[in-house]
This record gives sequence, structure tokens and C-alpha cells, in this order.
Amino acid sequence: MEENIISVRNLVRKFGSFTANDNLSFDVRKGEIFGFLGANGAGKTTAVRILCGLSKPTSGEVKIAGFDIYRETEKIKRNIGYMSQRFSLYEDLTVAENIQLYGGIYGLPNRLIREKQAELLNRLGMTDVRNKLIAGLPLGWKQKLAFSVAILHDPKIVFLDEPTGGVDPIARRQFWEMIYETASGGTTIFVTTHYMDEAEYCDRISIMSEGKIVALDTPAALKRIYQAPSVEEVFVKIARPSKSLL
Amino acid sequence: MRTMLFLLRKEFKQLFRDRFIGKAIFAIPIVQMLVLVPAITYEIRDVKMCIVDHDQSVESRKLVSQLEGSSFFRVKYTTFSEREANDLMHRDKVDLILQIPSGFGRETGRGNPVRLMVTANAINASRAQLAWGYFSGVMRDYQMNLVTAKAGTASLTMPRIDLTSRHWYNESLNYIYYMLPGVLGILVAAIGFMLAGLNMVKEKESGTIEQINVTPVRKYQFIAAKMIPYIVIGLIDLAIGISLGMLAFGMPFEGSAALLFLSSFIFMIGALGLALLISTITSSQQQYMFAGFFFLIIFMLMSGIFTPMDSMPAWAQKINLLNPVAYIMRINRMIMLKGSTFADISRDIFSLLVLSVLFTFFAIRKYRKTV
Repeated sequence: MEENIISVRNLVRKFGSFTANDNLSFDVRKGEIFGFLGANGAGKTTAVRILCGLSKPTSGEVKIAGFDIYRETEKIKRNIGYMSQRFSLYEDLTVAENIQLYGGIYGLPNRLIREKQAELLNRLGMTDVRNKLIAGLPLGWKQKLAFSVAILHDPKIVFLDEPTGGVDPIARRQFWEMIYETASGGTTIFVTTHYMDEAEYCDRISIMSEGKIVALDTPAALKRIYQAPSVEEVFVKIARPSKSLL
Repeated sequence: MRTMLFLLRKEFKQLFRDRFIGKAIFAIPIVQMLVLVPAITYEIRDVKMCIVDHDQSVESRKLVSQLEGSSFFRVKYTTFSEREANDLMHRDKVDLILQIPSGFGRETGRGNPVRLMVTANAINASRAQLAWGYFSGVMRDYQMNLVTAKAGTASLTMPRIDLTSRHWYNESLNYIYYMLPGVLGILVAAIGFMLAGLNMVKEKESGTIEQINVTPVRKYQFIAAKMIPYIVIGLIDLAIGISLGMLAFGMPFEGSAALLFLSSFIFMIGALGLALLISTITSSQQQYMFAGFFFLIIFMLMSGIFTPMDSMPAWAQKINLLNPVAYIMRINRMIMLKGSTFADISRDIFSLLVLSVLFTFFAIRKYRKTV
């Protein structure tokens, strides 16, 4: 029996009369790459923000790394990394300064920050630009850097909210290589995306539509069940927007 | 604690990385002080007068020459036509019209009461009031002379009251001494008030605040890191401002510098606490600019820097209980001009402290890591 690192039961989040998350229940196993799919507006970002403690659920139970989402938010924050679709490192700080800032915020000792910084810059091939302001870097580099900073403190889980939006295919490929590498180290990856080719790389995927989870399994199993050649076809079959919108 | 150091390093770096702001935060208050302090004055000279002398007697000429003799009045026009005089007033050529009725000399000679008509241009109320004040001073002298001349030697036995006045704490009634402590108080805080708030809202706009919110950084740490750089800069600006005021304007400094800096420190916590409180309820830099200006203008103009607080209506004085600028204005003047000690102004200092703690407390409360 594999250990569940995220467990969600009957999660509901309402904004006024609009239900963004309608009774979600799912588990994420330790060390897996969990793809969280859905059309725009399906409620993915709302759910991720709740799991990260950025937003409070209306009702339901959520446990992250064994900690309760209502009472132990600060403990959860020590154990997770987060990277949003909006690039959110400081543009007016240099690469090195951003790394040091987040290392310091997570309480890493100075020596460790230096080691990690050198290793990270080396791995990303960004040693030469370490003293350049982030503002001047290409988007693909920024995203890779943001991901590296999000896992700087070796979190148990890292949440990626559409991390590859607007990035070219090569940079996306490289980005996914980084995700694999991180997952192989035992870190759980929770990733939202609407690139269906990316969904194929996940261990398991869930598909959201209109605030509900309508499918959850491995990509292979879903393709078999829905008799579709690709996840994209699966998605089109089950996650069609409601007729009223057509 | 270590987290704080990292956050502070970030804030200072960001602040000084912007070349313009990095310099402007020091240059602007100094230049403003050098321009504002000598420019803002209530002293008026050269009240332009128009005399309508229907009397043309020795007495009336004496009165006019007495007015001309004072440094405040300049007789620019003389006419016999009231219409013409009014026309001059309409065209903003004169500030004061004095009409002397015919028979003025004869009636005063007989000891009968006479009426003079004075019209003041009150488009600028305070100037009109001051001109009127000076004018009645001259009239008092004139009347006194009249009485003495009439009574002749008998005047020796007439009761006569002479006033000798001294203006404590600002002997020479130097407006620079009056304005400078107040201007200093405002300038030192205004920069931080605008910049700190904008900085916070900018983090919201760009989304960087979300990244901070998923970290274990505590709310008070983030708020404090936003305040401290501007407090440090404000105190440096204050030191430069005082030194310059003493050197350039011969500003006296009677009290304790430590007390002044302590009060300013408390004041700045309040100003920045309010700035951050506003920034937590606004979501764009434009919104913050609007809200920030609203408070800045109200607090500044109501603070008592230009008009005495005692003459404001009661409700305005109540509002000023919540106005940090009003406190620092009084405190600065008391310390610099009067040499007040902590015991003298402890009430103001404590009130300011309560206000500052409240603003900051609500700023931390309102700043939510989760929504």
C-alpha cells in the first residue's frame, strides 16, 4: 500500500453562488507525478491554491503531508514548493539574489545556500548570468529558475500551476526533464496543465470539468477505458464544455 | 530573525537598485524643504492702497502720511471717485480702499465722532485680515495722537495704556522657525508613505506576494521588512533636514535631538502602518495613489501646519486625534522652538504611539496570506 501524501475529501469551494470546486475527493501518492487537467475555468487553479494554503476551502477535509489544511497551514508551507503560471520571482533582483532570498526564507544555512546555488546554476547553465537581473532573461529560463527555486528547500510536494504556459516546445521538454529528475528524488509533483502531451508524462491524471473531477487514472488506463489513442482524445470526449456555453 | 535579515536585504536592494528612487528619497525632501520653508510665509508687506480723500484737509493728509510711513502700506492711487476706486479693486490693483468723508478734519477738530470707510479685498481672506489688523494698528496710533493733541497738557493725567509685548519661543516671529519643524515632519514621512504602499501593491500586482505567501514567512515579518527601510531613510532625511535648517536658516534647536528622533521614529511607524493598511485594501498602484493622496492631503492640511488647530471646528479637532501628522507637528515645534522635555509632551508622544501601534496592528491583521 503506497502512502498518500495528499488526501482530499469532499472539497468544496464556492465564490458566491458559483461553485468552483464541487465536492472533490482524491489522493496523491508519495513520489508520483500527478497531472491535474481541465479546460480553462474548470477550477484547477482554485484547487491548487487551496492545497497550497493560499485560499481557504468552503468545506471539506484536506491533508497535505499529514498536516491539516485548516489548523496547520504554516507547517504545510515548510513542506511544499509552489510555482504559479504567473512568473513570480523578483524581476528587479539578480538570479543569485533570488536564490539567496528564498534559501534564507526557508531557513537554509548559508553554506547550504551557497552549495545549492552553485549546483543549481551549474545544472541550468546559468552560472554566467547569476548577477543579471531576472527581468532580462528569456521566459523559458525564468520558468526553469522559478521551478528550481520552488524546490530549493527540498519540499515533500511541489505544486506547479500551468508551469509551461507560453514557453517554446524545447524549453517545455527541458522543463519536463527537470520534473522527472525531481520526482526520481522522491518529491511528489502536482502539476496542472492544459497541454495534453504533457499529461502523457504523468503517472496519474485527473480531469476536471465544471468544478468536478470526471476521470482519474493512469494515462494508459484512461485511453483504454475511453478507447482513445491519446489523452487529448480522452479529454475531448469527457471534458466538453456544457451545452449552454456552445 | 534571520528571515528578517534576508527580507530586509531584499527590500534595500530593490529600493536602491532603482537609480532614480535611490537618489530621490534623499534629494526630494531636502529640495522641498529649501524651497517650501522660505516660500511659505504669512508676513505681508506692501498692502496696496487707494485713498479716496473727499476732505483734503490737514488732518486727512496727516492720516494718509501716517499710513505711508508704516512699512506695510503703499498708497498707489488717490482719487475722488468711489467708482474708480471700486474699479481698481475689481481689477485687483488695490488691496485696501480708504474713504475719508468731507468734513473729516473739521469734525475731528471739534471732537465729534467721524466715520471712515475701509474696503478690503478679501479674495485672500488671511491677507485681508492681516491688512485690516495693520490698518487698525495705525488708526489706533493716529487716534491716540489726536486725543493727546486735543487734551494738551491735560494728557499727563489721562489714563493711557501702553502695551509691551514679547513673543516667547519665537522672539522675532520668524515664520521660517514656525514652518520648518512642521515641514520637516511631513517631508520625512510623505516619501515613505507613498513608496512603501506602492511597493506593497506592486508585489500584489506582479504576483510576487503569492510566492512569499506560500513560504513560512510570517505576516509581521513581511510587514516589518516593508517598513524598516523607509524608517531608516526617513530618519536620515530628518537628520539632513535639521542640519540644513540650522545652517541655512539659522533654525534654533532648543530641545533634545534624541527625543525628536524618538518621536519621529514613532510617527513614521504610524505613517507606514497606515500606508500598508491602505495597501492591503487596494489592489493596484492607481488605487493606492488615489487612497494615499486622499489621506496625505487631509492629514497634511489639517495638521495645523498652516492654520492653528485651535481655530478649527470641534469636529475637525476630533478628526485630528487620528492624524499622526498633527501630533508630530506639535511635538517638533515644542522640541525645536521651546525645548520641551519628554515630560512636557508625553501626552502627544503616547497618543502617537497608540495610533502607530493600531495602524500597524491592523495592517498586519488585514494582510492575509490566505484569501
